[in-house]
Amino acid sequence: MDRPLTENIRPGAPPDIDAYERAGGYRALRKVLKDADPKGLIQTVIDSHLRGRGGAGFPTGRKWSFVPGGEKAAHPVYLIINGDEMEPGTFKDRLLLEGNPHQLIEGIILGGYAIQADIAYIFLRQEYTVAERCCSRAIAEAYDRGYLGRNILGSGFSLELYLHTSAGRYICGEETALLNALEGRRAIPRAKPPFPPVVGLWGKPTIVDNVETICNVPHIAEHGADWFRALSRCGDGGTKIYGASGRVKKPGLWELPMGVTIREILEEHAGGMRDGFQLRGIIPGGASTEFLSADQLDVKMDFDSVQAAGSRLGTGTMIILDDRTCPVGMVLNLMRFFARQSCGWCTPCREGLPWLARALEAIENGEGRLEDMEILRRHTGLLAPGHTFCALAPGAVEPLQSALTLFEDDFIRHIREKRCPWRK
Amino acid sequence: MLTKQEMTEIQAELNRYEQKRGGCIEALKTVQRHRGWISDESLAELADFLEMTTDDLDSVATFYNLIFRKPVGRHIILMCTSISCWVMGSEEVLHYIEEKLGIKPGETTADGRFTLIPNVCLGACDHAPALMIDGSLHGDLDAQKIDEILAGYE
Ligand SMILES: Cc1cc2nc3c(=O)[nH]c(=O)nc-3n(C[C@H](O)[C@H](O)[C@H](O)COP(=O)(O)O)c2cc1C
Ligand code: SF4
Ligand code: FES
Repeated sequence: MDRPLTENIRPGAPPDIDAYERAGGYRALRKVLKDADPKGLIQTVIDSHLRGRGGAGFPTGRKWSFVPGGEKAAHPVYLIINGDEMEPGTFKDRLLLEGNPHQLIEGIILGGYAIQADIAYIFLRQEYTVAERCCSRAIAEAYDRGYLGRNILGSGFSLELYLHTSAGRYICGEETALLNALEGRRAIPRAKPPFPPVVGLWGKPTIVDNVETICNVPHIAEHGADWFRALSRCGDGGTKIYGASGRVKKPGLWELPMGVTIREILEEHAGGMRDGFQLRGIIPGGASTEFLSADQLDVKMDFDSVQAAGSRLGTGTMIILDDRTCPVGMVLNLMRFFARQSCGWCTPCREGLPWLARALEAIENGEGRLEDMEILRRHTGLLAPGHTFCALAPGAVEPLQSALTLFEDDFIRHIREKRCPWRK
Repeated sequence: MLTKQEMTEIQAELNRYEQKRGGCIEALKTVQRHRGWISDESLAELADFLEMTTDDLDSVATFYNLIFRKPVGRHIILMCTSISCWVMGSEEVLHYIEEKLGIKPGETTADGRFTLIPNVCLGACDHAPALMIDGSLHGDLDAQKIDEILAGYE
């Protein structure tokens, strides 16, 4: 079983609870509840080297260990599953939500048990209507069988699981903005510290985990940390759902060992570039990661390797730039997205991103000046991590700053020729 | 006045949150489902029910792009304008829809049939360009496909 996450995936017609159980589902949960050792489960997840799949790659077991335990600990403890997936170019969580919701639910119950949570929420973006239907049905089935609710399988452990559907806005995916969204406030990020594992939803200890992250947990609980680490080709454990979109022959998603190369994904799985198109650049993991160049195909797609190559693994879903698409136009599209999605809380982001979008628009329309290049460069530094309240703005300038170097000649051509060379 | 049906649906959601206001987004969405959009009157009624001030609830409602504080058409078109769709030609598709319906993004057709709204990535990037109408996803779009799809909504 080298593709645990997608082995039983049936998009749109996911296995019901009987089919899921027949395939071995909820066996890990029974075992864990019998062992009655939540701290041991956290240790197993730490040993598995599972890192968060929502973009930042924080070690999941370590995050769980930050929840204060013991007699005097604050309750309720919350576990929230981040299914907001709005990062442009990212479509991996949808597959897991629509294709096998019981795998997610079993992961939630296990994660909830590990941190001794009382209440869990799946935070789902509104547009994921099929996922909403699939998850609602699966949650009801799990309650019916006694996997959720009071005294689960007679273990004494209780967990309520609710599905929350949102109403738009990319920023809701940022974990502290998400907490405000769930409290019925404007979804503006919170100051950190305090961090959510200690002070989260309604001021109570809260863990926020990505959908793909938590789907790994039943498999780790069942087969152990060593098995999970062995699935990978690098130091991080497990498989990863990689994706590719743009002008490749077969855009899609593939579950592969963590640490396969970009080349393997693009050439073997995505079928290479479409006829008549050449590869010019790769955004490796969703809109807020830096471009890699066409000669970086041998970079391994794991957190540390992509970082060493000058970008970030992010969500692991690549966006491909081809030679017949204008890189300036591409960066402009990304910047317009971020400018529009800024929550407006802090000035450098609220004012700076629209300004960057206007400057890029001028260049794209042939109204740029050579000095603009230096101004753009300097401005990406002004929006570096630490200058804004959350990671939206630093993420927004990642594709820009890499494009200014990688595609400098293309920017200059727009300025010199006073037009976009890609437009007729 | 909120209808009985609306109140029952909202109450079921409110029980899932430690404080009432936690359910306000679902409450707004419930009212929107029944009435199409959130008028000033609806907002005031709902604020009362949730024990929030009208301004407080409005500050939440206006934060979210899928809560409509203006009347909308019978069918909502969410056209993806994000990066993978852009690479695959979403601009042309959007122009085609604009021409065909005679409206710009953000507008509603004169007969109230469609409202056209640009949207962020719909998570269908492997079938770009993509759009969603009333919660149903459509991918791999071109002009001919748009004609077929739109014909299905009266
Ligand atoms: C602007 C912004 C948007 C984000 N959107 C998402 C999202 O849609 N889904 C997600 O899992 N994480 C998202 N994140 C990351 C979360 O803040 C958080 O790190 C993640 O949910 C933690 O889960 P993980 O440890 O399993 O990765 C976003 C972060 C930022 C700054
Ligand atoms: S960086 Fe942008 S999105 Fe994040 S808090 Fe500041 S204004 Fe809001
Ligand atoms: S970019 Fe359009 S669906 Fe993802």
